Amino acid sequence: MSAILAVAQTEIQIGVRNRWVVLASIILLVFALLLVLLGSAPSGKTKADSLTVVVASLSTLSVYLVPLIALLLSFDAIAGEIDRGTLQLTLASPVSRGQVLLGKFLGHVTVLSLAIVFGYGIAGVITFIVGQNTSIAGLVDLGRLVATSIALGATFVAIGYVASASVRQTGTAAALAVAIWLFAVVLYDLALLGGLLASADGVFAKVLFPYLLVANPADAFRVFNMASIDAAGVSTGLAAGGSAMPFLPQFAIISPLIWTVVALALSTLILKRVQP
Amino acid sequence: MTIVLRTKNISKDFKAVQALKAVSLDVSPGERVALLGHNGAGKTTLFRIILGFLRPDVGVVTIDGNAPGSAAARRDVSYLPENVAFPKVLTGREIVSFYAKLKSAEPAQVAVALDKVDLAEDADRRCGTYSKGMLQRLGLAQALVGSPKLLLLDEPTSGLDPLSRRRFYELISNVSRNGTAVLLSSHGLSELEAKTDRVAILRKGELVANAPLAELQHSANLPIRIRIRSNADDVESVHQQFGGQRINGTSVEFNCTQREKMERLSAIAQLGDAASDVDVSPPSLDEIYRHFTIEDPEQGGVR
Repeated sequence: MSAILAVAQTEIQIGVRNRWVVLASIILLVFALLLVLLGSAPSGKTKADSLTVVVASLSTLSVYLVPLIALLLSFDAIAGEIDRGTLQLTLASPVSRGQVLLGKFLGHVTVLSLAIVFGYGIAGVITFIVGQNTSIAGLVDLGRLVATSIALGATFVAIGYVASASVRQTGTAAALAVAIWLFAVVLYDLALLGGLLASADGVFAKVLFPYLLVANPADAFRVFNMASIDAAGVSTGLAAGGSAMPFLPQFAIISPLIWTVVALALSTLILKRVQP
Repeated sequence: MTIVLRTKNISKDFKAVQALKAVSLDVSPGERVALLGHNGAGKTTLFRIILGFLRPDVGVVTIDGNAPGSAAARRDVSYLPENVAFPKVLTGREIVSFYAKLKSAEPAQVAVALDKVDLAEDADRRCGTYSKGMLQRLGLAQALVGSPKLLLLDEPTSGLDPLSRRRFYELISNVSRNGTAVLLSSHGLSELEAKTDRVAILRKGELVANAPLAELQHSANLPIRIRIRSNADDVESVHQQFGGQRINGTSVEFNCTQREKMERLSAIAQLGDAASDVDVSPPSLDEIYRHFTIEDPEQGGVR
């Protein structure tokens, strides 16, 4: 246990010192503030809690930004350490490879959580103060967004380890991480849309589509958040049809959790086979 | 048990090359052994096998009786890879205490190890600001925590200036005096500064020498070079008497074996005014190394 914490602590120290936390927070904050400022114009004077409106916009933003930040954080974790010779040192000491990976996971998720809490937290507080009809319910929505964004980030941190453990060069791991991001948040949705257009009333749309949608952790995240704030009538996009799901959309959040466990197990298995 | 590291008949094949061929090498507590060889001779492969990262195809390795890579073996072995790049934003103390935690060593050992390698004063600076010599000493400090029984150092002094290199070997000698076995690899004999108890030489995966340096010098039996400075009048007769070749018009240079040396020197002493000076050069460490690493010594490095 102390070895896991030592690895986690070192990752957090590095993340804070090399300004990773600050940079990621600023990126999230800037995008969130843009949504707060621009997003308030079209919604005009509605009865909706403007914090809830912002949370709806932020969950769409999260789908793109959080996986990207998470993958950037994790793609270097194993391939990079082999390159620099530090993984050899770590693995020569009496810790198991599973412990090393778990420690890195804890550290990276903490770094990511700090960025999300600061970035979205500051944006949320600003909205709460300047927005209309803001209430405690809006703050609950914001808290749910922060928590699920961390879960989504954790999923892609773990997926990034799979990429990092599978290749020997950092550059290849980076390319793989970008490919994973592109597939998960852009191409996958396009493919599903294409499928829907091709057979609007077929088996695909009626039976397969909802399951395929939540099979992607990024889409599942969006389904969950949209369903949770659906009462406000502000949800948009692919996930808007959440009410037509064959299961409670709240269960969608299980998808990123399963992905996290699977990706961590897979990357541990791959790491055990690595000969540093 | 008197032997810390025991390797017996280790062979390892990679796809196209045989990296190690029946290598047997033992290291005792307190012994400093240098493992020499060209790039690709199998030094790093042997280290990776001792660490348990690779499995040998044939042969047995034990570290104080334990299998390499087992928890007990990993507690006993400390490793310093060639070209390790520690995170630049961490301080020396943070890095050493990180590895101390991984090895479940006492926190107090961190300061002791940093002090041993003369880094106590710079321990709280980020290691991005360290010089190459300081980084190697930081690597050594990291290896010292946890009181290992065997230190594995992969080319620890390559790229260091002569002063830092000498200091590094002093530190290693201090460590071995307390009973830690040290196995270090290097490119050449001249790098070692004669600071090891035994020299093992790998050539294309084969162990071609494994003995103290003096014994290697003896068994290589390389010629000794003698140069006599004469004068313009006598140089011709000196050349006829000793053979060899004439150099610079007034000097004669020839080789002789270790056994002939005294006899030749006394002959030179009787030359009187015909010899104004004499230089005797024993074979250099580089020449001895070349003797063992070149396939056919007759055609190779021996001049």
